[in-house]
Amino acid sequence: MIGGLFIYNHKGEVLISRVYRDDIGRNAVDAFRVSVIHARHQVRSPVSNIARTSFFHVKRSNVWLAAATRQNVNACMVFEFLYKMCDVMTAYFGKISEENVKNNFVLIYELLDEILDFGYPQNSEPGALKTFITQQGVKSQVQSKEEQSQITSQVTGQIGWRREGIKYRRNELFLDVMESVNLLMSPQGQVLSAHVSGRVVMKSYLSGMPECKFGMNDKIVIDKQGKAGSNDDGAKSGKQSIAIDDCTFHQCVRLSKFDSERSISFIPPDGDYELMRYRTTKDIILPFRVIPLVREVGRTKLEVKVVIKSNFKASLLAQKIEVMIPTPLNTSGVQLICMKGKAKYKASENAIVWKVKRMAGMKESQISAEIELLPTNDKKKWARPPISMNFEVPFAPSGLKVRYLKVFEPKLNYSDHDVIKWVRYIGKSGIYETRC
Amino acid sequence: MPAVSKGDGMRGLAVFISDIRNCKSKEAEIKRINKELANIRSKFKGDKALDGYSKKKYVCKLLFIFLLGHDIDFGHMEAVNLLSSNKYTEKQIGYLFISVLVNSNSELIRLINNAIKNDLSSRNPTFMCLALHCIANVGSREMAEAFASEIPRILVAGDTMDSVKQSAALCLLRLYKTSPDLVLMGEWTSRVVHLLNDQHMGVVTAAISLITCLSQKNPDEFKTCVSLAVSRLSRIVSSASTDLQDYTYYFVPAPWLSCKLLRLLQCYPPPEDGAVKGRLVECLETILNKAQEPPKSKKVQHSNAKNAILFEAISLIIHYDSEPNLLVRACNQLGQFLQHRETNLRYLALESMCTLASSEFSHEAVKTHIETVINALKTERDVSVRQRAADLLYAMCDRSNAKQIVAEMLSYLETADYSIREEMVLKVAILAEKYAVDYSWYVDTILNLIRIAGDYVSEEVWYRVIQIVINRDDVQGYAAKTVFEALQAPACHENMVKVGGYILGEFGNLIAGDPRSSPLVQFNLLHSKFHLCSVPTRALLLSAYIKFINLFPETKATIQEVLRCDSQIRNSDVELQQRAVEYLKLSSIASTDVLATVLEEMPPFPERESSILAKLKKKKGPGTVSVTDLEDSKREGGELNGGGERGPDTAAMAASNASTPSPSADLLGIRSAAPVGAAPASAGSLLVDVFSEAGPAAPSAAVNDDGFLSSAPPSEDPAPPLPEADELLNKFVCKNNGVLFENQLLQIGIKSEYRQNLGRMYLFYGNKTSVQFASFTTTVSYPGELQSHILFVQSCSCMFRNQYTSENWDTACYSTSPIFAH
Repeated sequence: MIGGLFIYNHKGEVLISRVYRDDIGRNAVDAFRVSVIHARHQVRSPVSNIARTSFFHVKRSNVWLAAATRQNVNACMVFEFLYKMCDVMTAYFGKISEENVKNNFVLIYELLDEILDFGYPQNSEPGALKTFITQQGVKSQVQSKEEQSQITSQVTGQIGWRREGIKYRRNELFLDVMESVNLLMSPQGQVLSAHVSGRVVMKSYLSGMPECKFGMNDKIVIDKQGKAGSNDDGAKSGKQSIAIDDCTFHQCVRLSKFDSERSISFIPPDGDYELMRYRTTKDIILPFRVIPLVREVGRTKLEVKVVIKSNFKASLLAQKIEVMIPTPLNTSGVQLICMKGKAKYKASENAIVWKVKRMAGMKESQISAEIELLPTNDKKKWARPPISMNFEVPFAPSGLKVRYLKVFEPKLNYSDHDVIKWVRYIGKSGIYETRC
Repeated sequence: MPAVSKGDGMRGLAVFISDIRNCKSKEAEIKRINKELANIRSKFKGDKALDGYSKKKYVCKLLFIFLLGHDIDFGHMEAVNLLSSNKYTEKQIGYLFISVLVNSNSELIRLINNAIKNDLSSRNPTFMCLALHCIANVGSREMAEAFASEIPRILVAGDTMDSVKQSAALCLLRLYKTSPDLVLMGEWTSRVVHLLNDQHMGVVTAAISLITCLSQKNPDEFKTCVSLAVSRLSRIVSSASTDLQDYTYYFVPAPWLSCKLLRLLQCYPPPEDGAVKGRLVECLETILNKAQEPPKSKKVQHSNAKNAILFEAISLIIHYDSEPNLLVRACNQLGQFLQHRETNLRYLALESMCTLASSEFSHEAVKTHIETVINALKTERDVSVRQRAADLLYAMCDRSNAKQIVAEMLSYLETADYSIREEMVLKVAILAEKYAVDYSWYVDTILNLIRIAGDYVSEEVWYRVIQIVINRDDVQGYAAKTVFEALQAPACHENMVKVGGYILGEFGNLIAGDPRSSPLVQFNLLHSKFHLCSVPTRALLLSAYIKFINLFPETKATIQEVLRCDSQIRNSDVELQQRAVEYLKLSSIASTDVLATVLEEMPPFPERESSILAKLKKKKGPGTVSVTDLEDSKREGGELNGGGERGPDTAAMAASNASTPSPSADLLGIRSAAPVGAAPASAGSLLVDVFSEAGPAAPSAAVNDDGFLSSAPPSEDPAPPLPEADELLNKFVCKNNGVLFENQLLQIGIKSEYRQNLGRMYLFYGNKTSVQFASFTTTVSYPGELQSHILFVQSCSCMFRNQYTSENWDTACYSTSPIFAH
């Protein structure tokens, strides 16, 4: 169980320190600072063991969050908690920065008291927390007895993430499928590794206690339906289905139902939440293809040509395209010519950065660079790091489609048709690299 | 040095450094550095030539980036260019970069060497100094090769400036330390020695460091420096504090030079020339006198400098060890320091006194300070000082004060620091043994020692008690009684149980008359400790029990009962089980006569060097306490302490289990029957005359394992093979293959085949140790008439090593295979 939780700024000064168990002493705070934050070599492992105490840390901008324990805890649980903690803090005061943490330290201690009890994680749903931890501290005192008991019954009840008696004039629902696609490609265009990690994020403004059912083109479900229905139908729909490698759900999803029927049904929390996370590795649509051409001309010159091809429907537009072409460490000058967008040599990153604002599908564009090198004493060859790329496309590279999202509310008089539903697909680049 | 001109501030550099310092994170710092590197690269790309100033600035930046821990792989050329600049600052930065970042890149080294050569031959002293400093800072072999012949010339040349001479001497010293084979003094020797007469004190100081180092290697060549050093020293010592102006440090004239002179003199024996010697003694006396004078200043630097010279003088006096008068005076002076409030002084005084105590002239004088030293041992706050005090007590101990010192050390042991306990224990054990007149005192002391610091008492210590008790009849009864009493303590250390088990097993009968220590009481007392002990101790106790059966037949039933119980006879430890089974059988089958013979009292141990001393020597580096001295006196008192050195445990157990020597026995390394490696005395007999018995007429093989075994042809060496080897050899009467010889280190196997008139044989050598044998050679010698018949000898030689434990060896990769014909 988590013995203590600390928040540091980039200098290693302690902003928040909360100890939950006696086995974590005061010196643990310093131990982490000395051997991780101020370590001579950058510590890359998120888990560090110092003097029989385990520290799990995540970094948000320049702020370090570290959980300490002396017990053999489930590391995934701790990280999940830390991420949840970040979510909660973001939900309360926006970006996690040193200043925000300093300004809200009372609130953070209050939150820490609530979401961790003797080191055991408790309800960490921002929606639920906001009902009884408010930023205007005084307001909570004028809550009536009824309200208080309602909160208690909600928080301790079966559906801790939603309170009763919510009413909206317009029942609305927003659904975002957000994916990030990761790729490593060989110079010859062979895919070395590729996967998509996606999230389904929802925002719901629904009255009462609605029961929702979410359907997507999951291969298992489609195949099952196909078998039940006609054979032709199954073959047709099978092509569009996707194989999901693994997925995790928000706590509101009934897992037993998912296990038995693979249907995703839930009573949604009010407001923002992340319904599910998933990962796929098969049949990924790669939005861009990068074709590098690197030629070394003697010891002092290097010619680089990079072509990018967009590989999706011509009617769609990709945005915020950015290509990073690494340059050798002994670069002394760069000349650039590009057909589209803007390109610049950034010495501080040791790379050429080429930015294109928009690009339609089925197009191609190229950049060519002449790099001048300074002769060095080192016989070490340049390691040729891969060319990386960033972009945003308006479809899901995994091929995921939302088939339906049904809402049932038996007690109130609105039906599935009355709910306004918005669906949006966003595909982003994760680590999208091509070797050169 | 040229004045720093206006443009040398290098604003760009200052801005860059402050940028880096203001970076919030590591990433930001790396970004800033990357940017700067790109900038410098574009500047160095060199479309247009850079002026000296900007070149210097960028090289400085590179240097700073390198010192931050980043790799720098360019800019060397620019730095080398800076070397040829005429401006001091530019040259300096160039040299700095070279000394920090030089790598053995062939073309650059040539350029650098060229630049250095130019600077060395220039008449500008600052440039010469810079070049010399660079050579010394790099100090590589290449540098030594290039300049080792040039620097001595600069050093002794008449027209060289003093500051350059200084640098040259130190530079030469550095080169000599890195590659002594390249620095050949030869013809320069006498002129270097005469630098001691130089007018400039700085030159003398630098030269003396060089001379000290050189004279340690070849003292004869530099012998002449002694008289020069003495005269120099006497001039300094007799000078008033104002005479030397710049070289007077807080009213002490040239303290560093004096120290170095005194240290140089310590490389040589006392001067033979009477005049020189007289002058030196006079100097030393003056130094001792000065120590008595009231300090000229209250500053700590003054006393430090004065004391530095004094201590150096005292170690010279100790080194000479021929002036009783000076020795005693030194001792008295140190005695004063023993009570000084400065901890460092007390430490140094104790340390020097340790060496003084070993001198025959001053031993008595040292002894007068015993009370102070004991007091220091008790009250000193710093553990290192206490350690020195303990060393000194050990060094000053002799027959007259042994009892007092041992008692003090014992009482101190109870509170002693853990880090020095083991050493203290060894010292107490050695002193107690060496100066024991009355053996009951000795036994008391050691038992006390085990009681107080049992964990730190090594095996050797309690072996030694037992050896002494066994060898001395008069103390046996007392020992049995004391041990019995000591064992009655509710918690006693395992070592105590070991001693108790052994002594009661041997001499329990001597105290059995007393009803309070009747045999059964003794046995029950021992057995009550049995379950708390480790396996080796239990094994020893089992042997003690069987001895009890022999000594007191009335305990037989009880003991057999104990041996018979499951925890003994079915013990999971094979050693204990075997003992239990064998002892049980022995006691039930053998008649009392047989029992009495088998379990007879141990014979006295033969006299050997005390292994405790050896252990102490191993523990401490050479030079802290003169162990050799103690050894000498130990030998004198040898007949007094008729102690032997055989492992009592082994010998005792030999009766029951020659086949499985107990692990503790091997610790002693003195099993008389087996191993060869330890004792060079038996090495000669290792020689195996293989063929005299092995088969048809054949050459003899001799094993020569350098360092472990040595051998000569059999005809010259009459030493018979080891009994074990003999047995092994007998096998070859009817066998062609087998193990020829085996000990802990080496196994030699032979494989031979014979067809008609041809024979072929292989010898296999197996290394059973975990280390490699170096320079392993074998010599095969052939009796005369066979020589002509040898067809050929083929051998493959390689180093080998057994990675496994000594039990299973499986490497055999050395073979000789002579083929010979009849």
